[in-house]
Formats: sequence, structure tokens, C-alpha cells
Amino acid sequence: MDKKDDVLILAIESSCDETAAAVVRNGREVLSNIISSQIELHTLYGGVVPEIASRKHIEKINQVIEEALEKSGAALEDITAIAVTYGPGLVGALLVGVSAAKAISFATGKPLIGVHHIEGHISANFIENKDLEPPFICLVVSGGHTHLVVVKDYGVYEILGCTRDDAAGEAFDKVARAIGLGYPGGPKIDRLSKEGNPDAIPFPRAKVDGASFDFSFSGLKSAVLNYLNSCEMKGLAINRADVAASFQKAVIDVLVEHALHAVQEYHFQKFAIAGGVASNSALRAAFEQECSKRKIAFYHPSSILCTDNAAMIGAAGYYEYIKGVRSGYALNAVPNLKLGER
Amino acid sequence: MKILALDSSGLVASVAVVEDDVTVAEYTLNHKKTHSQTLLPMLDEVRRMTELDLNSIDAIAIASGPGSFTGLRIGAATAKGLGLALNLPIIPVPTVDSLAYNLYGNEKLICPLMDARRNQVYTGLYTFKSDMFVIIEPQCAVDIADIIDQINEIGREVVFLGDGVCVYQETIAKLTKVAYNFAPSCCSRQRAACVAALGEKLYQAGIMQNAAQHVPEYLRLSQAERERNQKSEEG
Repeated sequence: MDKKDDVLILAIESSCDETAAAVVRNGREVLSNIISSQIELHTLYGGVVPEIASRKHIEKINQVIEEALEKSGAALEDITAIAVTYGPGLVGALLVGVSAAKAISFATGKPLIGVHHIEGHISANFIENKDLEPPFICLVVSGGHTHLVVVKDYGVYEILGCTRDDAAGEAFDKVARAIGLGYPGGPKIDRLSKEGNPDAIPFPRAKVDGASFDFSFSGLKSAVLNYLNSCEMKGLAINRADVAASFQKAVIDVLVEHALHAVQEYHFQKFAIAGGVASNSALRAAFEQECSKRKIAFYHPSSILCTDNAAMIGAAGYYEYIKGVRSGYALNAVPNLKLGER
Repeated sequence: MKILALDSSGLVASVAVVEDDVTVAEYTLNHKKTHSQTLLPMLDEVRRMTELDLNSIDAIAIASGPGSFTGLRIGAATAKGLGLALNLPIIPVPTVDSLAYNLYGNEKLICPLMDARRNQVYTGLYTFKSDMFVIIEPQCAVDIADIIDQINEIGREVVFLGDGVCVYQETIAKLTKVAYNFAPSCCSRQRAACVAALGEKLYQAGIMQNAAQHVPEYLRLSQAERERNQKSEEG
């Protein structure tokens, strides 16, 4: 493609506790990807505090955008369009990115594209897997979401199933807190599990009646808490590594079973994972093994593109841009935005 | 000099363009839609109606707080985005000061009241001495009773204004011992033209920020921080 025809997206993401900006060329090439994480700030409170997150976003937003432009080597004039996450997420946090993106779009006259956060996570797969194109099935697993989705085309989705209660990542956080690992739970459980026996404690694998692609993790979480309580009552020592490994295995078994059931039932050859929990090493290993057994091509983003970031918003924004999607200056943050809706 | 002013600190959304001593445009809305849906479309309308060249603006004045946390951030993020793209400085104008500036030249005590919930108000005490703007009590977050005590102590006639007036009308009637009245609707709420006028004075005094530096002045910690501090004091 001729350089002057390049589409450069400046992308902004502030839906939870990372302030992020990126410049992405033609949807798949990341020129810069700047993430300012607030994790340490929220660790004091055992989870993300929305007001504190919003305050931090407003402090960091310009710095992050300026750094993304500088690292990319592109000036603001070179940018083709501005993409921003407008939902789902924490409304106060989303509004910082949305308001800044709208103002930049207004001041430069460059088109504005509101992007769905989950669409971003799914699109993170396009960045490192240049051959991946729809249709495929994607499992989105993060602290706020557990969705099994058919990606029919760029920006066109069919949701096969989702969680009925806790998101997978939420269950990780809650169990991590219960065994004294603290926040954020995902990476800590992943690490500790490597020292534990995943078959030590038989935690339940929950199914949702009549909805084979839906998930439920609150029963599993309760089972872990009950186990911890009963050990304490009986004065038994708790092996935290075994608890972590057995809990993690229970989550992964369910995710793998439901996801691959969907891939086979709908006759897909391609399967991808996305979202914060997609960087869990045991989850990846399990999918790699099961997919290769079934001759299904398995895709996943690298860890840095699994966490909340703006490069993925730039990738999703690019495909929306070439389809002609544009947002107006009245674009609002939509905290419970549904995938595929505008 | 040309100043673009924004105020989204309370229920009102307001945008103004002021050039030297002329208010070229002012658009003020007090309606239920969120500032996220109104502020930028309003600015766009102002630009079109006044054929405003954004590159002719010298600075962005913003009601920098206190106010609704979310409202302040919508304004701040908008100003910061404009500042980044147009390479403009931001003039942070204290919200309560600019509310008081509505009553230019008034030699009574001026007491803006913004409802801060939990029986508190964002307020301050001001007056004009001939044409000098005098800040008697800088903007603060206090109990409504505390600011009225202070007014009674000063013992001068007072004008109340702001969205806190209707919320605390009974308390005001019960506690105020000096003569008082309420500003009429034309000058009782946030107005971006006041933010611009006061902003120009601050600009001349060298008070401005790089757009990246600007953050709202909340005058209050978040609830989580307050509770955490309380616990550590108790523990």
C-alpha cells in the first residue's frame, strides 16, 4: 500500500484502571502503545475504586497521548482518525477518554470513531496474527467479561454465551483475596498454581441448564470459600498453592469445554482468546493442547495486548473506519454497552 | 486576546468566546442531558455561528472546580484535548469565584452556594470594592451552617446565588441574622462569560497551565480515600 494511503488511527482507552493511547497503522501494525497503569494505586483498596481511577485518568490523559504520538513518529496532522473506547466500563473513567478524544477530533477536524471495549479485545488478535481473518470463534475472558462470540466479519458479532454471574477474572480476584494473595488476583493465582496440585481439591465445574455456552462462576467461588472455612473449622492446614491450582483448573476446564464445543458445533477451524485472563499461562497451554488435538488453529494476543490497551482499540477502530462508521460530538460513555450495538 | 471559556461544573453547561471586552458568543444550557452530550455540540454551534477560527484562540479558561466530579472532568478533558490539539494554555478559574463574578460591582457580601450534598456546600465570600473583586473567604467545602455563621459574624447584608440556594432555602431563612436576598435567574448560575472575564485577569497575572498539567480542583477526597483516612485515624 502506498504510504500516503496509510490509515493511521490514534486510539484512546480509559474504561477501567489503565490510561492508554496508541497509534496503529492500517489496523494491524502498532507504531506505539503507551499504557499508564494504576494497579498500585488500587491495590491499597483491594480493587478498582472508580472515582480514584477517574481522577488518575484526567491526570495522565494528555501525557499518554503525547507519548503515543511521539513514539509513533507521527505528528497529530498525520493521523487519519481518532478512535476511543466508549463502553462498556466505568462511566467516570470512560468519560475522560471520550471527552478528550472528541475535543481532539473537533480541534483537528479528523473523524471520530467510538469503539466497543470488547471489540477491541477481540481485535487485539489481528495485530500479531497477520493471517487471521473472520469468521472465527473468540472467547473473551477478563475481569469484567466472559463472552463466547462468533466473529462473523470485522465488527459483526454473534454472542453465543456469556457468564450468568461473576466474570472469570472476577472469580480469580475474589479467590485470590480469600487466600490472601491480594489484587490483582489473576497473575498471582497463575504464579502460585505452578507450585500446586490442580487435582488436589475437587471443585465443581458448573453448567448452566439449557444454555451450554453460558458460564457461571459464583458457585465455584463459594465452593472455594466453603472449603477454606471448613479447613479452618477442622483446624486443617490450607495448602494455598493446591487451592489456587485446583480452582484455576476448574475455571479452565469449563472455559475449554464450552469454547471448543462451540467451535465444533459451528464447524469453525479457527479459535481465538482475548482479554486479561487470556494471558493466564495454564489457560493458554490447555487451549493449545486441545486445539492441536482437534486440528483447530489457535490464536491469542501476547500478554501486553491482553491487558487493557489502546492498540487493540486502534485495530478495531481501523475496521470500523474503513466501513464508514463515524461518531458525532454528542458521543457519550455507555457503561453497559452491548457488543455489536451502537 | 481571545479566550474560549467552558463551565460544566454543575447542572449548567456553558461555553463562551470572549475577545478583549466583547462577549462574541455565550451558550448556556440548564437541561437534564449530560455534559458529555451537550458541551462539545454547543461549542461546535458557537464555532459555526461565529465563524470561529480555532487557531485564533489564545487560551482556554475553564471552571476548574469545585463542582460535580464527573462534570469537572468532562470539562477538564475537553479543555485538555483542545489544548493538546491546538497547543493552547489552560487558565484554571475557581468555580465559586466565577459564580460570584456574576454580581460584578455589588458591594454587599456575595455568597455563592453550590450543593455539595451531605449537608455541605461549595461556597466562599466575596465583595466588590468600587470595581475591585475582593475575596473575603476563598472557595471551600463546608457545612451550610458554618458559612452562615461566618456571614452573621461579618454582619453585612448578603446576596446568595447558585444551585445551592433552592436546596438550603429553609436553613438560610432559619439561620441568617443579617438582611439577605437571592440573585435573580439571569445571574444566579455558572456562566462561561464570567469564567472568561475572570480568566483574562488571571492570564494577565500569569496564572495558566500547560494542558497536560491541568487537573480539576475537587476540594474533596474521594469517598474511598476519606473512609481509608478515617480508618487509619481510628486504628
